Amino acid sequence: MTMLQRVYLVEVLSGVALTAAHFFRNMGAHTARALGRKDARGAVTIQYPEERRPYSPRLRSLHRLVRREDGSPRCVACMMCETVCPAHCIYIVADEHPNPEIEKVPRRFDIDLGKCVFCGYCVEACPEDAIRMDTGILEFSSYSRTGMIYTKEMLLSLEPAGPDGRPASPVPIPADRRP
Amino acid sequence: MTALADLGIAFGRVAFVMLFVLNLGGLLGWVERKQSAIMQDRIGANRASILGFRVLGLFHPIADAIKLLTKEDFRPARADRFLFGLAPFVSVFFGLVAFASIPFGDTLRVAGREIPLQAVTLNVGVLYVFAMLSLGVYGVMMAGWSSANNYALLGGQRAAALMISAEIAIGASIIGVVMIYGSLDLQEIVRAQGELLWGWLPAWGIVTQLPAFVIFLTAGIAATKRVPFDTPEGESEIIGYFVEYSGMKAGMFMMADFLETVVIAGLTTSLFLGGWQVPYLTAEGFRFPWGWAWALPHLAVALLQVGAFVVKVCAMIFFMMLVRWTLPRFRYDQAMRLGWLGLFPLSILNIVVTGLVLLLWKP
Repeated sequence: MTMLQRVYLVEVLSGVALTAAHFFRNMGAHTARALGRKDARGAVTIQYPEERRPYSPRLRSLHRLVRREDGSPRCVACMMCETVCPAHCIYIVADEHPNPEIEKVPRRFDIDLGKCVFCGYCVEACPEDAIRMDTGILEFSSYSRTGMIYTKEMLLSLEPAGPDGRPASPVPIPADRRP
Repeated sequence: MTALADLGIAFGRVAFVMLFVLNLGGLLGWVERKQSAIMQDRIGANRASILGFRVLGLFHPIADAIKLLTKEDFRPARADRFLFGLAPFVSVFFGLVAFASIPFGDTLRVAGREIPLQAVTLNVGVLYVFAMLSLGVYGVMMAGWSSANNYALLGGQRAAALMISAEIAIGASIIGVVMIYGSLDLQEIVRAQGELLWGWLPAWGIVTQLPAFVIFLTAGIAATKRVPFDTPEGESEIIGYFVEYSGMKAGMFMMADFLETVVIAGLTTSLFLGGWQVPYLTAEGFRFPWGWAWALPHLAVALLQVGAFVVKVCAMIFFMMLVRWTLPRFRYDQAMRLGWLGLFPLSILNIVVTGLVLLLWKP
């Protein structure tokens, strides 16, 4: 250290000048914003629940089951996703479909989100493009483990996210929290 | 009737100082959060709301107080029951009363009465403030000792060591100011700072005693036990003297630090920044050195002076917060070296130089 740095006082003052410059610049920006200048930003903070940064279109978020035009699931219960899932979090019970053209339909399609690792293999494996992870929903939570199991009806009700990545449908309410 | 009025005036003087210090101390929690946030390009706590109104996060101190008051008041099984409970009160009490002899305005003349704007008129005000500030460390040492926790005890020891090394430098740096203004009465010191040097420069302590100002401010920040000198607390890794405290008792130790910050800011203002003096404002109104004059009524002058004092104290607090959020902590030995080998000899040197200058210049 040079003598000037060992005395410390000059270094303290230059440090204080730097932080003070930040303070007054940001304070000016905050004041300008309060007075109506919307382009002035005094902080880099994104105020999360109200403000979100846009999600990437490749983001893997909460799964949804794609519907046919008549509203029934596109899924044919081929068990591909259940087989490929490394976390063993998908549980399917197959049923016969009334239309002879279509082989099967899931009677149950449960995803245990407490186990899911969001690898996206189920989406890759699906031959019918029946499961996607494009809802943009990330804030699902529950007070119990059973509440993390999302059923076929919950997954079918979801819509894909908007162009900016904003969720288009509300977060499904887990079974243990439904009124 | 006059006795009642006297009582009311005395009560008002004390209440003003009390409410000023207490509210400012309470507000400092908010100032600390917001100022640090703005310095660091953040927004800071702004979520506490009453009926949807957030008001820049001003409700956070209230929310904090409610949280602290409703928390469990824990006491370790082997702790000294009496001293453990007493310690936070001692800390806060001496922080509160220290401000009493700091003048916040010139003598006010209303309806034939002369009201000194100062909670207590003492002719040794400087010594009183130091005595109270030094006694504040007893609360910290009590807390460290009575917790029956070795870490707390060591924290209390660090606090005592830091306090002694800071107190010595504070006391020695003040002597230069006392020599220049020739009084131990804070009101007299402030009044003497209203004179003009060479007809234009206000004779504030920062002008006549710049080295003492730097030494006093450094040691004063050390006396508040806040960040560059927070070895007693060391909240991030070395455990400090109030580890065993919870709820409002821990809150009171935090409060004591804020109160000491206010007291040091008030003392710095009184000794070095001209107290309630506004430059070129005399008892009759403004009189500028280039010949302009603007007569003002007595009450307006008094209001301006009290306002100037408040503004100066707030500016000092702002500066201390700025330092607190800029510098990293001194290691224990560095703090000791700074106190004993840096500040103390420098303040002695300042006394000698001041004495020589006074001897040669003034009759």
